[in-house]
Amino acid sequence: MENIIEIKGLKKSFGNYEVLKNINLTVAKGENVVILGKSGQGKSVTIKCIVGMITPDEGELTVLGKNIHEISKDDLKELRTRIGFLFQSGALYDSMTVRENLEFPLTRVLKIKDKKELDTLCEEVLESVGLADAIDKVPSELSGGMRKRMALARTLIVKPEIILYDEPTTGLDTITSKEISHLILDMQKKYQTTSIIITHDIPCAQITADRILIIDNGEFIAEGTYDELSNSDDPFIKSFFK
Amino acid sequence: MKTPTYLTSLLEESGEQVDFFARFVRNIFKNGFEWNEFIRQCYVIGYKSIGIVVLTGFILGFVLTLQSLPTLKEFGAQNYVPSMVSISIIREIGPVIIGLICAGKIASSIGAELGSMNVSEQIDAMEVSGANPVQYLIVTRILACTLMVPILTLMADAVALLGGYFGTNLSGNMTMHLYYSKSFAALVFSDFFPAFIKTILFGFAIGFVGCYKGYHSNKGTESVGIAANTAVVSASIWIILLDAVAVQITNTFVYN
Repeated sequence: MENIIEIKGLKKSFGNYEVLKNINLTVAKGENVVILGKSGQGKSVTIKCIVGMITPDEGELTVLGKNIHEISKDDLKELRTRIGFLFQSGALYDSMTVRENLEFPLTRVLKIKDKKELDTLCEEVLESVGLADAIDKVPSELSGGMRKRMALARTLIVKPEIILYDEPTTGLDTITSKEISHLILDMQKKYQTTSIIITHDIPCAQITADRILIIDNGEFIAEGTYDELSNSDDPFIKSFFK
Repeated sequence: MKTPTYLTSLLEESGEQVDFFARFVRNIFKNGFEWNEFIRQCYVIGYKSIGIVVLTGFILGFVLTLQSLPTLKEFGAQNYVPSMVSISIIREIGPVIIGLICAGKIASSIGAELGSMNVSEQIDAMEVSGANPVQYLIVTRILACTLMVPILTLMADAVALLGGYFGTNLSGNMTMHLYYSKSFAALVFSDFFPAFIKTILFGFAIGFVGCYKGYHSNKGTESVGIAANTAVVSASIWIILLDAVAVQITNTFVYN
């Protein structure tokens, strides 16, 4: 199967602190990869390198066939339109309504100006995430779960080929967290996206992952399916699934 | 020899500001100017500041008249109050005081708004989505400030003259027609024009500093307060420095 993301020997330090020591990762088209790890081990830095928000010190990073740190600014901008990034906080534009949040990438990135088309796309994506009634609300009127759904809707509306999720269920109760995990899986099937999901939430990993990688101290130390890793003999790996 | 840390950080920040300015200029002329956001910012920055600016302007003219009237009376020169007030307000006090008021109100709100957008990763979200946050957030705010601060200053100047009229009539009896005739008779184009240019620079400085401090704030919640605070302090210093330079230039080329 075609590889969408290829990372070889990725290294990144902040001052004297080496966050990423040697990251190697390949993600195939349509695959859902979950990265598990303790806080501060480099999970978020890894996915921020993938979208060019952080420049690594060393290593090769190819996304959708392009070496992300060798391409021009315009090419990077174009490439970013094919990658969705779901921030931990949702990063909803709080001065805009839900509709304006959704229209923002459509009008600026896809350059869609037709009001009817904008309305159709917004309604369609909100329907998908179960937020059809919230179209004229502002983010401050939405609950935690609704904000996550809304952020997912804004990411999906430009129909990206890859979606990077930065702790999509953090701060949610168990039931809402499971709903969001199932929603991620449903959307992945509906929109045929490739995903990397960073999480601490084991039920989320169990629901969404085709493959799980465990990161520790800036390196991946284990890889496998949920069943393989949860039955591992290694006490450190096992500790994630208890 | 090792460069002192403060010097290194000062040079780094200067470099960042130059780069930020270059990005601002480049993005003014890029396709897709954000007209709607620009008009919204003109409303937020301009219309919503009218109250404080008008009040400040009125009190400025009123107090300046009350303070100078007794001294001028001693010399029998109370007839010169309207001209003295109008020249002081139009040339210097109006632009500087309104500039400082706007620095407090506008630079702080821009710094805090962009700072909190930075903390909540909204700016990162715009950038990662392939949109252009500089064009949407920075260009619109700086241009709106550059346009609105001169207009606010003109309004404040007009109201300050009215304040001066009321101040004069607390203890005297001068018609409004006479007061305004005396005020405008003392003014020439070279009083008005350099002061107006100065307010454009003040507006730019307020918008630029507010945007720079907010856009480059750190990620913690504390940094929102720091961004707002440093935006006000830096914008105020810039206004005073620009005023000093503008007065020297005006004195050299206009009044000599």
